[in-house]
Amino acid sequence: MFWQRVATAVPYLWLLVFFLAPFAIILKISFADPIIAQPPFTPLLDENGVPRITVDNYIFLLTDKLYIVTYLKSVFMAAVATVLCLLLGFPMAYAIARSDASTRNILLLLIILPFWISFLLRVYAWMGLLNNYGVVNNLLLWLGLIDRPLQLIYTDLAIYIGLVYSYLPFMVLPLYATLERMDPDLVEASQDLGASPSQAFRDVTWPLARPGVIAGCLLVFIPAMGEYVIPYLLGGPESLMIGRVLFDEFFVNRDWPLASSVAIVLLLLLVAPIVFLQRHRREEVEGAG
Amino acid sequence: MKRSRFALSVLAFGYAFLYIPLVSVIIYSFNDSRLATVWGGFSTRWYGELVKNEQVLEAAFLSLRIAVVTATLATLLGTMAGMALARFGRFRGRTLFSGMITSPLVMPEVITGLSLLLLFVSLQQLTGWPAQRGFSTITIAHTTFALAYVTVIVQSRLASMDESLEEAAMDLGGRPLRVVFDITLPLIAPAMVAGWLLAFTLSLDDVVIASFVSGPGGSTLPMVIFSKIRLGVTPDINALATLIIVVVSLGVVIAWWAGTRSRR
Repeated sequence: MFWQRVATAVPYLWLLVFFLAPFAIILKISFADPIIAQPPFTPLLDENGVPRITVDNYIFLLTDKLYIVTYLKSVFMAAVATVLCLLLGFPMAYAIARSDASTRNILLLLIILPFWISFLLRVYAWMGLLNNYGVVNNLLLWLGLIDRPLQLIYTDLAIYIGLVYSYLPFMVLPLYATLERMDPDLVEASQDLGASPSQAFRDVTWPLARPGVIAGCLLVFIPAMGEYVIPYLLGGPESLMIGRVLFDEFFVNRDWPLASSVAIVLLLLLVAPIVFLQRHRREEVEGAG
Repeated sequence: MKRSRFALSVLAFGYAFLYIPLVSVIIYSFNDSRLATVWGGFSTRWYGELVKNEQVLEAAFLSLRIAVVTATLATLLGTMAGMALARFGRFRGRTLFSGMITSPLVMPEVITGLSLLLLFVSLQQLTGWPAQRGFSTITIAHTTFALAYVTVIVQSRLASMDESLEEAAMDLGGRPLRVVFDITLPLIAPAMVAGWLLAFTLSLDDVVIASFVSGPGGSTLPMVIFSKIRLGVTPDINALATLIIVVVSLGVVIAWWAGTRSRR
């Protein structure tokens, strides 16, 4: 039908031009040399129409220790933040799903509310708390637990706090969605049949919650891998994450080809989790509908 | 019931973790001291200075304009995409389409920002457009990721809805376009409103993508905030943050309250 075609084609074309095509351009520029010009990279074809392609950027990335360490550290930090979100988010989602209907709505609202308040300002709020003369240090000094301020801001710890704080709603909401559908009688039945609470959790609750766990972990891990604002504002000079390196490579060193190849390698690392998320979402939507 | 007591205490800790930073910003915004971390008595002077700060006001106005256009475009495109995915059955390229909807939801902002800037630079070389980066390029960039969110909201609303009303209208001889406007759109209107608000918020909130695709003179509010806070805590940003927290919270609570009332 004509109108159905139009309604499909318009957003489809928009995404092809503004989402997919840009990746082809990043790929192209990642094989160029940086030059001092406007724009600052060599064209794909030289004056005689001969393609000029260089893999120098990739060789540099794969041989320079800084980049390898930064990629590994980003994977590690995103994974730790994901696990921390899960450890905090699972009991929260469980408690919300088991509360009675009227409080449940308010509790959910309180999870979603921070999501609507500027992400930047929420990270900024932690700068005030973790400062050497900030609220946390003042409190600890006042309690007499420490006698001089701890270095909290500009550390890896601060990045973890920032990541967990910012991405926690993305973990709680899908977990809540699966836990809410779960029949609480199942846990009771297993316990009546002699299962200990930990056995009931391992054999009943956890397997039923798995779709939510998978969705939540992917929604936290993938964007956290490329995070820029949090490591920039809360992290120290040592705590390099790849998003920050890419940003600096582009804006400070103005090396567009190298920044592009950093992005391509990051994208390659994320292809598997993104495809996994896509499959998972399709099963969820089509299973429900 | 031991387990659920454990879950309840984690829940309380979680909410404290989510809200203590916001409360602390609000308290410190009334701090008279220029040193944002030392308490110097109650004062509202930072609010006064904020209202006089033209750079902030100009950036806020630009951000609002971008957010309104983004939200409207994203709702239009996202509603079409949501209907295509939920109602139009299988069509060629559907897998790619739904992939292009899911990926922007999680794509790291540095990648989206860099790729769109390189697209705009290449387009400018080829066609001369965009001659300047600013309002239009930021709006396009924001629409691209915001439309994915709107699509997901509209698609899941349609998936949870019975198709029989639409089918009945068709059986009674309604033309497809009329059925869409008379039946489907009114039914998914709440999802479209939610999508519009989410797209508006996402656009108003973005700093990384805007930094990439903006040009000289096109600083959005988050870009101005970011350049002020990269060196540390400042009292006028505390005041600005407080205003945003209060306005957003009121808006969300009122929307929620209206939603629960209308469902009764």
